[in-house]
Amino acid sequence: MKEESREKRIKKPSGDTLSALVMVGPVTLIMVLLVAVPLIYVAVMSFCSIDEYYNVIPRFTPENYERLLDADYLKIYARSVFIAFITTVLCILIGYPFSYVIARTASRKKKILYMLVIIPFWTNSLIRIYGWRSFLGSSGWLNSLLISLHIVSEPIELLYKNGTTILGMTYCLIPFMILPMYTAIEKLDGSLLEASSDLGAKPAATFFEVILPLTSSGIFSGSLMVFIPCLGYFFVSDILGGGNSDMIGNLIERQFQSGNNWPLGAALSIVLIVLTLVLVKLYQKLGGDMDALGV
Amino acid sequence: MDKKKNKGLKKKISVAYCTLVYLFLFLPISVIVVNSFNATTTKPYMSWKGFTLDWYVKLWDNSSLLEAFGNTMIIAGVSTLLATVIGTLGAIGMYRYRFRGRAIVDGLLYIPVVIPEIVLGISLLTIFAKADIPRGMLTLILAHVTFCIPFVIFNVRARLAGYDISIEEASMDLGANRRTTFFEVTLPVLAPGILGGALLAFTISIDDVIISYFVYGQTKTYPLKVMESVKSGVAPDVNALSTLILIGTVIFVVLTQGDLFNKKRA
Amino acid sequence: MKNIVEIEGINKIYGSNHVVRDLSLSVGEGEFLTLLGSSGCGKTTTLRMIAGFEEPTSGTIKVEGKSIEEKEPFERNVNTVFQSYALFPHKTIYDNIAYGLKMKKVPKDEIKSRVKEMMELVQLLGYEKRYPSQLSGGQKQRVAIARALINQPRVLLLDEPLGALDLKLRKQMQIELKRLQKKLNITFIYVTHDQEEALTMSDRIAVMHDGVIDQLATPTEIYEHPATKFVATFIGETNTYDGCISAISDGVATMTLENGAVKVACPDDFSILEYATVSVRPEKMRFSKTPVEGFELVAQVKDYIYVGSVLKCIVSLPNGNELKIERLAGQELPPVGSRCYPYWAPEDAVLIHNESHYYFEALKNIKLA
Repeated sequence: MKEESREKRIKKPSGDTLSALVMVGPVTLIMVLLVAVPLIYVAVMSFCSIDEYYNVIPRFTPENYERLLDADYLKIYARSVFIAFITTVLCILIGYPFSYVIARTASRKKKILYMLVIIPFWTNSLIRIYGWRSFLGSSGWLNSLLISLHIVSEPIELLYKNGTTILGMTYCLIPFMILPMYTAIEKLDGSLLEASSDLGAKPAATFFEVILPLTSSGIFSGSLMVFIPCLGYFFVSDILGGGNSDMIGNLIERQFQSGNNWPLGAALSIVLIVLTLVLVKLYQKLGGDMDALGV
Repeated sequence: MDKKKNKGLKKKISVAYCTLVYLFLFLPISVIVVNSFNATTTKPYMSWKGFTLDWYVKLWDNSSLLEAFGNTMIIAGVSTLLATVIGTLGAIGMYRYRFRGRAIVDGLLYIPVVIPEIVLGISLLTIFAKADIPRGMLTLILAHVTFCIPFVIFNVRARLAGYDISIEEASMDLGANRRTTFFEVTLPVLAPGILGGALLAFTISIDDVIISYFVYGQTKTYPLKVMESVKSGVAPDVNALSTLILIGTVIFVVLTQGDLFNKKRA
Repeated sequence: MKNIVEIEGINKIYGSNHVVRDLSLSVGEGEFLTLLGSSGCGKTTTLRMIAGFEEPTSGTIKVEGKSIEEKEPFERNVNTVFQSYALFPHKTIYDNIAYGLKMKKVPKDEIKSRVKEMMELVQLLGYEKRYPSQLSGGQKQRVAIARALINQPRVLLLDEPLGALDLKLRKQMQIELKRLQKKLNITFIYVTHDQEEALTMSDRIAVMHDGVIDQLATPTEIYEHPATKFVATFIGETNTYDGCISAISDGVATMTLENGAVKVACPDDFSILEYATVSVRPEKMRFSKTPVEGFELVAQVKDYIYVGSVLKCIVSLPNGNELKIERLAGQELPPVGSRCYPYWAPEDAVLIHNESHYYFEALKNIKLA
């Protein structure tokens, strides 16, 4: 009897270990080999030098980080943060009332309205950004319209400005703001609003005292999911900003493609990673739930 | 009376507001759709030269565009399948077993979701270069699987949060062994989450530009093909293909999403 | 009556948590046995070990004379009704009930007729095509029972099956369950924290406390002769006093309590000078306006609460302890605030060993050896 039960105790966990390995093994392997290792490698590379043929050589140098403090670069960082910030604010201002109205409509109509938000984003994002370019360009729809209405006599330049980039970023990223806000607002219990007004709160007071605090989680996770990607969406500033509104993303892209200075690009990426980590920590400090970011 | 009027006004304002936002969302898409019928043949294909269906015919002669589209579908299909299988197993495994390093894997899963895509793109580029893996279909699929897995896992996990593990015990109690229980009970109950995750993975994969941009080698995807032509002006045949894809997705969304919503409620 | 389940000295330890301690229990064929106790007493763990979802850390469990530890849950001839019902949300009621037979590869026609029979038995005919989410709590409960019973298990394990139902439905299901059990003559091992439920339904009750069975007996025995202070206070309402046996004569002990002496019927295994506990049910308590021979308790009437046909009286002793006394309504009573003298017939009080008794016994054994 003793023998039997001991054998079983050995046998059973090993069966469990096997199935645990089959289930968790592949994920672990991919996450380690294709996420952790590459990022560590980038960190290492950011301290490496290059030879005259732009090959990365394993010789330690802090030079890449010193170059990050270049005045031109500092200007680009400032612009990146500025554009990302304005984009985030715009997404909140446009998205919040919109999410609120949708989340509070009757259920059948709501489904359709919700789907109408998603559908545009199932079209390739580059094509949509190009759509904006066609619309705003000097021979685009808007200028044609303005000229034919004799509001302007010559096409006005609407492209290649920070504003155009902000418009494109807002357009590209607004669903990441709308969806979490929609989820948070939908969860809001209607009887709380009734209770608030029953207790004498005017609509504005109800909004600031009840609605906003209870839906702020959606705004937080939305802001994180707009601000961070915004820094890296190089193709938007490329197509709509045309080099006049370069961001960190463009700097990195250039180092890895035309510029071919990988260690410098790696150092720039580390800046983005650190910034991301800081923002995520801040988000968690504010009580943000990491799982709200995934879906 | 006054109150009623007020309510009516409020409603009108909110309808007007939402209409404006929808206009904003659909404006560039309508530009694409309209331009796909544009008879212009000179770059940058912007000014209106009359209506034509030519581009929908010419599209089928543009073999490089069709090839890129084919690549996108292959990559999206294969990576969705792999990410769904790996992600589903991973989500269930991490739910069921506590093992050393679980917290680390868990933390790593958030990285592809929160980190700017460009960072993931260049890090994969450097590691593929270091490991001497030639850039092409293989690297594209590896990259797509990597950033799709977390989305599958989070979706399945959301489903697992409301999951009553005792139904698995009930199944075994009624005579089903572990294998049968997995296929008869665990998988079907998690199916909506798995399907939702797969759908999300597929859409993210076909739309991806940034990460693909760094690992594509000679295998161009449809978004990369578009990117290439953006500088000189996107030809209306690209618009035509985009319009067709849009129609396809709308039909797909309406068919599947309605179904998904119902299941979620059950 | 033959024993169908025999549990011998099982222990369950999670880390530093000893949930079930050296528990032994035999359940007879066709018996309705209840494991009763508050949450965390180990009752559910014991049930799950019989079902095979948990492995005992040590000890053996036998069903029909055969040890079953080596068997997986799906190889055991016992079935479980889960607290949460654990119905398969993606399968119809029909498929839920048919599940066990399908696993046994029973021919389709037979499954059909047996499911129909079962659904009739639990009064669910006509619900075949519905999904669990479309049923009420009571109906789900019936499905859970039907799904387990269709496999004709030798033993049915029920884990607080009525816990989620409202009071009225619960009473109704109690009667139905009992009827079903009698009719099918299946052994039921039933887990609950509801003492009333246990008293109504069971043939025998095992009162569990801190991982051990405090008392295993029929409902009447448990109510009238609780073996431990825990059992006395857990089952029904009671008044308990701790004190010392100061004299024994003609099978009646005189107990000295903090508030004075009382008289209690004394079984043979109590001895003079032993510390023990007296338990008296409220309905056995009386009070008088004048002192009663042999009782030295003096109390003050604090409150009367009318509960339909009976009247609950709360009186307090000088040390602040409160006593509950139940009287039939309509009797003449001392006014609130007045002095009264609680007493009882010595045979209505139950004497319970204190823990010190067991130390005392152990000491005696050591000395004898």
